[in-house]
Amino acid sequence: MARTFALAGNPNSGKTTLFNALTGARQHVGNYPGVTVEKKTGVYRMGSREFFLVDLPGTYSMTAYSMEEVVARDYLAMEKPSVVVDIVDASNLARNLYLTLQIIEMGIPVCIALNMVDVAEGRGIRIDIEKLSELLGVPVVPTVARSGKGKRELMDAAAQLAEKTDRISFPPISYGDDIDAALAEMEPLISGKNLLSGHYPARWVALKYLEKDQQIVSVGDAENPELSSELLRIVDRVTLHLSRTLNTDPEAMIADHRHGFIRSLLRQGVLHVENESSRLYLSDRIDQVLINRVAGPVIMAAVVLLLYHVTFALSEIPGQWLESGFAALGSIADARMADGMLKSLVISGIIDGVGGVLEFVPIILFMFVGITILEDSGYLARVAFMLDRVFRVFGLHGSSVMPFIVSGGIAGGCAVPGVMAARTLKSPKERLATLLTVPFMNCGAKLPVFALLIGAFFAAYKAWMMFAVTIISWAGALIVAWVLRHTIIRGEPMPFIMELPPYRLPTVRGVIIHAGERTWQYIRKAGTVILAISILLWALMSFPTLPDHQVEAYQQAGMEAELARAELEHSVAGRIGTTLEPATRLAGFDWRTNIALLGGFAAKEVIISTLGTAYSLGEVDVEEAGGLSTRLASSDDWRPLTAFSLIIFVMFYSPCFVAMVCIAREAGSWKWAFFSMGFNTVLAIVLAVMVFQAGTLLGL
Amino acid sequence: MACINMRQMREKQSGRITAVRASGELGRRIRDMGLVPGTRFTVKGRAPLKDPVALRIAGFTLALRNSEADYIDVEVE
Repeated sequence: MARTFALAGNPNSGKTTLFNALTGARQHVGNYPGVTVEKKTGVYRMGSREFFLVDLPGTYSMTAYSMEEVVARDYLAMEKPSVVVDIVDASNLARNLYLTLQIIEMGIPVCIALNMVDVAEGRGIRIDIEKLSELLGVPVVPTVARSGKGKRELMDAAAQLAEKTDRISFPPISYGDDIDAALAEMEPLISGKNLLSGHYPARWVALKYLEKDQQIVSVGDAENPELSSELLRIVDRVTLHLSRTLNTDPEAMIADHRHGFIRSLLRQGVLHVENESSRLYLSDRIDQVLINRVAGPVIMAAVVLLLYHVTFALSEIPGQWLESGFAALGSIADARMADGMLKSLVISGIIDGVGGVLEFVPIILFMFVGITILEDSGYLARVAFMLDRVFRVFGLHGSSVMPFIVSGGIAGGCAVPGVMAARTLKSPKERLATLLTVPFMNCGAKLPVFALLIGAFFAAYKAWMMFAVTIISWAGALIVAWVLRHTIIRGEPMPFIMELPPYRLPTVRGVIIHAGERTWQYIRKAGTVILAISILLWALMSFPTLPDHQVEAYQQAGMEAELARAELEHSVAGRIGTTLEPATRLAGFDWRTNIALLGGFAAKEVIISTLGTAYSLGEVDVEEAGGLSTRLASSDDWRPLTAFSLIIFVMFYSPCFVAMVCIAREAGSWKWAFFSMGFNTVLAIVLAVMVFQAGTLLGL
Repeated sequence: MACINMRQMREKQSGRITAVRASGELGRRIRDMGLVPGTRFTVKGRAPLKDPVALRIAGFTLALRNSEADYIDVEVE
């Protein structure tokens, strides 16, 4: 059986780069059970031998603070990898070793990859590798993950370590007299009763009890309540003593001693730094401009606009290829298949439905390439830093900015990559609030609807109306976020303690792998669901069919357009539209608009084409919206207020199905996807009715 | 050498942490990032609205909100 090595390390330590260098394309991306943390696995080949590699989420510590930390810790404890390869940033040794110490404390063999030794050397940092290895009692191998230097030696060292049978001992850390005494008292109790012994060493369990680690204490309670409460009594005694004598608590004490241990270890000749004084590294000099209080926001706006323009410019042509490819496929089916229901299903249901989703692939791909570059370069963290204060007012987080922008914050994004971009948010409540509010942004599929209505009814104020639309959607999203954070996802804001990683050039391989895998997830997951949904929608708009004699009557009269309308009215969708009409009339929508909006639940693009069909114009596609626009403008049922009410409704109502699938995925439950469907639709109808009624009262 | 709260520090000012008064999750998070008594740092800058603050610590840059800086006492140079 192949041995398993787990890769652990701080965020930005080059862990993922090393993982990519080791496994190349032989990797698989999945999720840890029950959580949205990505699990990457891969295979490393050394001659005829194979090693199974697991890329653990990047963490600063092994407490149960974040989802990532819980996942990493559970994996190490439950799956017992042969060796943990701990990636340590050589230019940032003190902080990185804090995690190393905690992994060693867990009693799993550790092999250190001392990464980015080239960067460290460039900064005049010299590290005595043998000394470090000797003092920690673990092998240390210098590496440069970007070029793959040292990866062979690293795997050799890990393989050798895996063959050793003797368990490595704990680092000789003292946590201070009080804690040490408590540990000495607790350890025999724990090992005597074998508490949690299947997974953790006794000393580690004792440490976790002293740190009041909720996860471990609750498992201990369940396993042996008596022993657990005895341990907690010892902990309480030490806690009381420490707070009286030193005004501190065991957890702080333990952390301080770990840091103290590292500091003294580095001073014992491990670390030599030349001209340490206030030397400015390249990253600091870049930051003097990029997070400058005046220039910073201006540059940020420019970067976001550029991301936008480049994404849409690059994806336009491949998007058209896909579009014409599906159109060609449609006409082949049209020519080859016999008229009838099957043909209608294949063309309107399957090809149009799946095509509508796949046409988004180029946008998604390029958007992710852009975001991955911003993320990997370190700039995204600066954006969060600069905007955190604004977003905090509404119960969100600095890192919510990017999902909002990607979803269409400047108009013309897509909520699907936007929802996925919320992954960079580490705090669950702020992330959920972000997931539920980004669909209010004006995505590229809503824009044609707005363009149509504005063109038809507000032609003189086009630019101002677009601007107003953008402002309204932002205000709506932020207010809803505020309301959600004060009601159903109430809770204290998570601390904003975030590393601003040094600027680095993203690696081409990293960007391709990262953007590629996210895009593939979109194609696979959303593609299957949308297929089912579009078939369902097609059926709703096609059945039941008109009785034959009525069809013949229309055909004989040569009224094809009227036939299409009558067929639609007769279908389930048509009946639903008519049933809803008394309610939607309050917002100014008739039954035909209702059908279009119903189609919009599947995908917002459907709104225009359905409106076209419903208004008896046969096929109207986005590019030829002019015809429909004139028709609506001259219709008795429509006036500017109706159009504005519809704009408001379309802006706020249910996310499309693909976005809902993504929300369910990212929020970890379909409950939230259905919540956003219901809540957003109710909000939208309430707002639209308010607008329409108020406008009517004012005589608009 | 004066002892002040981290929130009161000016840009480019350097100091040494003397105490972290936070406990629980916030305290853990602060300590996990290496902000413990004895750590030296420089205030690198502040965001456009003066919050959060960016700190330059030995090998890296860390950002935190003023509401978190409140728990950290510093001896300034």
